[in-house]
Amino acid sequence: MKVVAKKPESLTEAKYHYCPGCTHGIIHRLIAEVMDELQIREETIGICPVGCAVLAYNYFNCDMLEAAHGRAPAVATGIKRLLPQNTVFTYQGDGDLASIGLGEIMHASIRGELITVFFVNNAIYGMTGGQMAPTTLLGQVTTTSPYGRKKEDSGYPVKMAEILALNQGSAYISRVSLHNPANVIKAKKAIKKALETQKNREGFSMVEILSTCPTNWGMNPLEALKWLEQEMIPYYPLGDFVSKKEA
Amino acid sequence: MEKQVLFAGFGGQGVLSMGNFLTHVALNSGKEVAFVPSYGAEMRGGTANCLVTISDEEISSPLTDSPAMAVIMNRPSLDKFEGKIMSRGTLVINSSLVDRKPAREDLLIYELEVNKLLEGLDNERSGNMVLLGAYIEKTGIVDIDKALENFSQIFHGKSDEFIKSNRKAFLAGIEYARRHW
Amino acid sequence: MKKVLMKGNEALAQGAIDGGCRSYFGYPITPSSEIAEYMARKLPLLGGVFLQAESELAAINMVYGAAATGARVMTATSGPGMSLKQEGISFLAEAELPCLLVNISRGGPGLGGIQPAQSDYFQATRGGGHGDYHIMVLAPNNVQEMMDFAIEGFALADHYRIPVMIMAEGTLGQMMEPVIQRESVPLLTDKPWATDGCKNRKPNIINTLHLSPDVLEQRNMILSDKYQEIKRSEKKAETFMIEDADYIVVAFGLLSRVAKKAIMELRQQGMKMGLIRPITLWPFPDEVIHQAAPQVKKFISIEISMGQMIEDVRLAVNGMAPVEFMGRIGSVPSPQEITRRLAQMVEGEIK
Repeated sequence: MKVVAKKPESLTEAKYHYCPGCTHGIIHRLIAEVMDELQIREETIGICPVGCAVLAYNYFNCDMLEAAHGRAPAVATGIKRLLPQNTVFTYQGDGDLASIGLGEIMHASIRGELITVFFVNNAIYGMTGGQMAPTTLLGQVTTTSPYGRKKEDSGYPVKMAEILALNQGSAYISRVSLHNPANVIKAKKAIKKALETQKNREGFSMVEILSTCPTNWGMNPLEALKWLEQEMIPYYPLGDFVSKKEA
Repeated sequence: MEKQVLFAGFGGQGVLSMGNFLTHVALNSGKEVAFVPSYGAEMRGGTANCLVTISDEEISSPLTDSPAMAVIMNRPSLDKFEGKIMSRGTLVINSSLVDRKPAREDLLIYELEVNKLLEGLDNERSGNMVLLGAYIEKTGIVDIDKALENFSQIFHGKSDEFIKSNRKAFLAGIEYARRHW
Repeated sequence: MKKVLMKGNEALAQGAIDGGCRSYFGYPITPSSEIAEYMARKLPLLGGVFLQAESELAAINMVYGAAATGARVMTATSGPGMSLKQEGISFLAEAELPCLLVNISRGGPGLGGIQPAQSDYFQATRGGGHGDYHIMVLAPNNVQEMMDFAIEGFALADHYRIPVMIMAEGTLGQMMEPVIQRESVPLLTDKPWATDGCKNRKPNIINTLHLSPDVLEQRNMILSDKYQEIKRSEKKAETFMIEDADYIVVAFGLLSRVAKKAIMELRQQGMKMGLIRPITLWPFPDEVIHQAAPQVKKFISIEISMGQMIEDVRLAVNGMAPVEFMGRIGSVPSPQEITRRLAQMVEGEIK
């Protein structure tokens, strides 16, 4: 018999706690598959955020830490500087990375820190129950923007990939989406490229992954995927924003 | 025997260097020492001072309200510290930058017009070493020959020229004290 | 070994290096910055890591990451910076990550000033951040101890898996005294809990989240047991002429030396004064105070604050004698001032 599909070794046996239709599970799997393919599980140290993925240390089968809200890039910096040969990644949501942790992510990128960041952008705060995120779209209704996000009150949704692409320390910055299988495959390629960028010591790498939150968006999983495609992608264009190899 | 001496003047006059130098010589003479500088905003353009404690025994307090001696490099420092010097203590003044006589009558007072003496020297920034040389020579707080021996060690890393010109200023101060004090 | 003159901050930094520290993360602030500057000069030459972080918040989280790899790591700051670090310190305490924290103290609240203070005593000894935890706090009183306590601090931190803080007045960081450098300790320690890659073992997880109330309570009990053990084993104080003392001064840090000078002066005037100098601020050396209390007419807590340690002194005395306070803000009081005020405080009772 031939094995055509199996659970990646880089995932544990633990059952996900994520809601039905949530894309965290896909992202975990993609990262784990790439870790297997690059054979880096035993040298990888991952850092969880505060947010829905706070328990990700239960799912990745490598050394894991959980950081204070927004501080994962600083924690990753401490680890990477002491263990420059190891692979270090952070896994952060939009509140963690783009709101409370803006300083830490910005300076990790400015320094060209040799870490990889997986940034899950689902335009809402999931764990705390559907509050507005810095990436919430204009007009989008959340529990703390019950009349829809207004630019007069909260400004415009933040485009982290574009912002971090400005920093010379950034070697690979990409935005991908998970709204259909073709894009999931593209997302995996970006994840692989980001970890290779770190391995090749080219600089800071981040993949922004547009994701769904059916529970807090008040949709079923299919509607959520459609909303992602129709509402989020026009505002958050996909593609590579930086992709360089230092000479 | 424990002696405490205060050095005070403008930031940039080398006041901390005077204290630093004396502290090193005293340490190399086998004494217990402590050097407490003023720090922070005071260093940047304002007044600077430092307190040096030299003792034969372990030093309990490196701080004091009333040092036995004060070496004063400018007028504001005289105004600030004159009243604090211990009764029958010693006051050494750079009279080039102090335009009044001290009011205290219970002190041993030594004045030196540092700027005038500097005219004959090639380093006009070594006024601190002039006054320090004169002060050490007069008070014998540390052995003057020991001080001269220590020059290159204390200024380790500085250029030969720097050391030479500072030594020259120091010797000029010694000479002045021998003749006039 | 030969005595060399060193600034307190530099002696502390050298002590840390001698204690096996090869990584430093921090943000400059007066009057602590010479520690960062010293490390910036020395660590790269030793193959170590120096990184100036973008903020104290980032710095303490870099310490968290570095400590998680098993490295000996430190950060240094002053009051305003230490306030920012509190979130990270709470995480370090719960994750039981060893590290050295340094507070070269200045006066607050707010931006306060840059002159020496002891007004971060509560912040240091009560945990400082959220949750039920303690860190160990050592208070050196001379430049030699700045160096020695840094070495000892790392040993304690590793032994108990706890953040250890050295707290010293700004003046102690800035002043110079002769020091004798100790022998350096071996760099490597065995830390099987470290997250440094899971080759040939199961993955390690460093985590402070415990959503189950039972697990959370158990975690707090484990921490509490550890704190009790530290209280049993690590309290440290120095005493001076307390055997026959009618009046005992309690003072720590550089201030304790100034107080000692005042006490010697008052002894010459015939007043039976003594000194208890807490060396560990947490755990607070309460037994030595408690044991002295029945024979003492009065305790006087002298602090460069409006009165913080006095609460620990009162708890230790437990009503057996009056406890009075003498405090200053903005400078270390002189021996003359302390002598004068102590004499006033006990006047009348002496006759």
